[in-house]
Amino acid sequence: MSILLDEESRVVVQGLTGKEGSFHAEQCIAYGTRIVAGVTPGKGGTTHLDRPVFDTVHEAVAKEGANVSLLFVPASVAADAILEAHDAGVPLAIVITEGIPTLDMARVQAVYRETPGRRWVGPNCPGVISPGKAKAGIMPGFIHQPGSIGVISRSGTLTYEAVKQLTDLGLGQSTCIGIGGDPVIGTRFLDALRLFAEDSDTEAIVMIGEIGGEDEENAAAWIRENGFSKPVVGFIAGRTAPPGRRMGHAGAIISGGKGTAAAKMEAMRSAGIHVCDSPAEIGATMKRVLGR
Amino acid sequence: MKIHEYQAKEIFTRFHVPIPKGEVAETPHQARQIAESIGGSAWVVKAQIHAGGRGKGGGVKLAKSLDEVESLAKAILGMNLVTPQTGPEGRVVRKVLVGEASKIKQELYAAILFDRTISNPVLIASAAGGVDIEEVAARTPGKIIRTPIDIRFGLGGHAARRTAFALGLSGKTALKAAALLTALYETFVKTDATLVEVNPLVVTEDGDVLALDAKMTFDDNALFRHPEIAEYRDLHEEEELEIEASKHDLNYIKLDGNVGCMVNGAGLAMATMDIIKLAGGEPANFLDVGGGASVERVSAAFRILMSDPNVKAVLINIFGGIVRCDRVAGGVIQALEQVKVDVPVVVRLEGTNAAEGARMLEEAPIKFGVARGLAEAAEKVTAALK
Repeated sequence: MSILLDEESRVVVQGLTGKEGSFHAEQCIAYGTRIVAGVTPGKGGTTHLDRPVFDTVHEAVAKEGANVSLLFVPASVAADAILEAHDAGVPLAIVITEGIPTLDMARVQAVYRETPGRRWVGPNCPGVISPGKAKAGIMPGFIHQPGSIGVISRSGTLTYEAVKQLTDLGLGQSTCIGIGGDPVIGTRFLDALRLFAEDSDTEAIVMIGEIGGEDEENAAAWIRENGFSKPVVGFIAGRTAPPGRRMGHAGAIISGGKGTAAAKMEAMRSAGIHVCDSPAEIGATMKRVLGR
Repeated sequence: MKIHEYQAKEIFTRFHVPIPKGEVAETPHQARQIAESIGGSAWVVKAQIHAGGRGKGGGVKLAKSLDEVESLAKAILGMNLVTPQTGPEGRVVRKVLVGEASKIKQELYAAILFDRTISNPVLIASAAGGVDIEEVAARTPGKIIRTPIDIRFGLGGHAARRTAFALGLSGKTALKAAALLTALYETFVKTDATLVEVNPLVVTEDGDVLALDAKMTFDDNALFRHPEIAEYRDLHEEEELEIEASKHDLNYIKLDGNVGCMVNGAGLAMATMDIIKLAGGEPANFLDVGGGASVERVSAAFRILMSDPNVKAVLINIFGGIVRCDRVAGGVIQALEQVKVDVPVVVRLEGTNAAEGARMLEEAPIKFGVARGLAEAAEKVTAALK
């Protein structure tokens, strides 16, 4: 088993005919993902990468049964494209696009929050991969290996680093989710943890966070309060990052000392998460925790 | 993006947030003329730099005569203003804001910022204004009033009024404050700000409510739809190397360490800084060269790293996913033919064709330290410092 994505998933690519969309969709197809259609307004009726292109997501759902949308839409119109996927009833939207205005994402979030059963991942993320089954994203497929470790990460290349370490040690992955590095994201650590909790084939989890926000703390608090039974290995990037470069003056009021790498690591440790000091130790720590 | 107080006040005026009369001056003479046209008998001369704590550094002064306005402007313009937020090097003051001195009855605090925990904006207000609000929050959190705002509906009149009454205001003054808060929210949402802060927000002896100070920061991702705000960018306030980096689409932040780093991806870049520190070095910068790591970008990145005299060694850490490591290695070798690099360079390539990339680096005429793992890379580059 896996979460969010598997060999049965029928993926529509919004922005399939663009340069990025085209390049990465081809890689996803090569990995074995069932990409069933593309959507580019104005190009309906054509085909691209041997897939039908539609004007709207609604058509892709009606005619090809798409149930996952992978978005490579430019940042200026991305929020509208996500809302189109939502409106068409697509259960899962995976948003790769980087640089979407925060307030646009807040509006998207407000809509999704009120619709149970519909989810989005990202933006500004590498996507989702269930190794050996399907990949909907921009991550290099070959570093992954089917297995039982779930990976949740706010980063792109740092996730690849962790996955490579796991694979090199013979620890395959059930699903790897890049949740994205933006202030507003559709699926947070806690949401992903809940999904992995119910996945019988996921035995342990790697959680890669970074400075800013309180999502890691919230996930840690949930683990502590709910007695989450699967082992979790964690890493937080940014211990050496200078404070105040991104956070506004008044932002400190809300975070009240939270948001630093030290606070996150402390919160995670107190929840029993095996936190690595070094990013080079993620794989080895998991191996040790699992006693292999 | 940050802007100056006088620019934030220009934006406030556009959205009907009341402010004291005032204008910006670049010369003492101009400052005098502005004070003269404002009239009255007392004026405030405020240094315009991006950092806060200007009063503590001597950048905000009260003048009781036109001569004093001129002499204070003369003293402040061109001064190197050091505040708790500038660091010891300070900032050169190029402009002053000359404004009427308001007769202050009460100092409050108001800010609107984006709260990522609830994915919505939030209004923060406090009756304890004019002081360091972080201290208020830490010592007396009960004095902070927090009002979450639903992005779809905005700050309702009722919510603004409730906040004003909770601040202890009453009657017409409370209604004026509520109107100001509503206007402040419009300013925030229509400009894609990440923060609008007014400290202090004052009630005058005449019963007016005014934004005495104004601080705004903006979402860089939204500047494409606010060209008028993008024009407010003041390059004097930015680190020279960071400006140069932004021209090449490189995400660079200068730090004080001795190991320059060049990494693809922000998370991996931060993790690389962390592991350099764990190995006993100090990162000199954060630098994300992006996914492609092309010759042009790698060359530009080397030029920027080499402009920092503190850099005694460089670590390149590239995870080639879609991009092939042999291409990255070729790019690094070519870049080093174009840019003079006189410190040791350690390269760690991982991912597609990593072995081929490492072989190319080992055989190149320029000597590299080639590392396989992340830990080995950090050890090699810190060893090269000695």
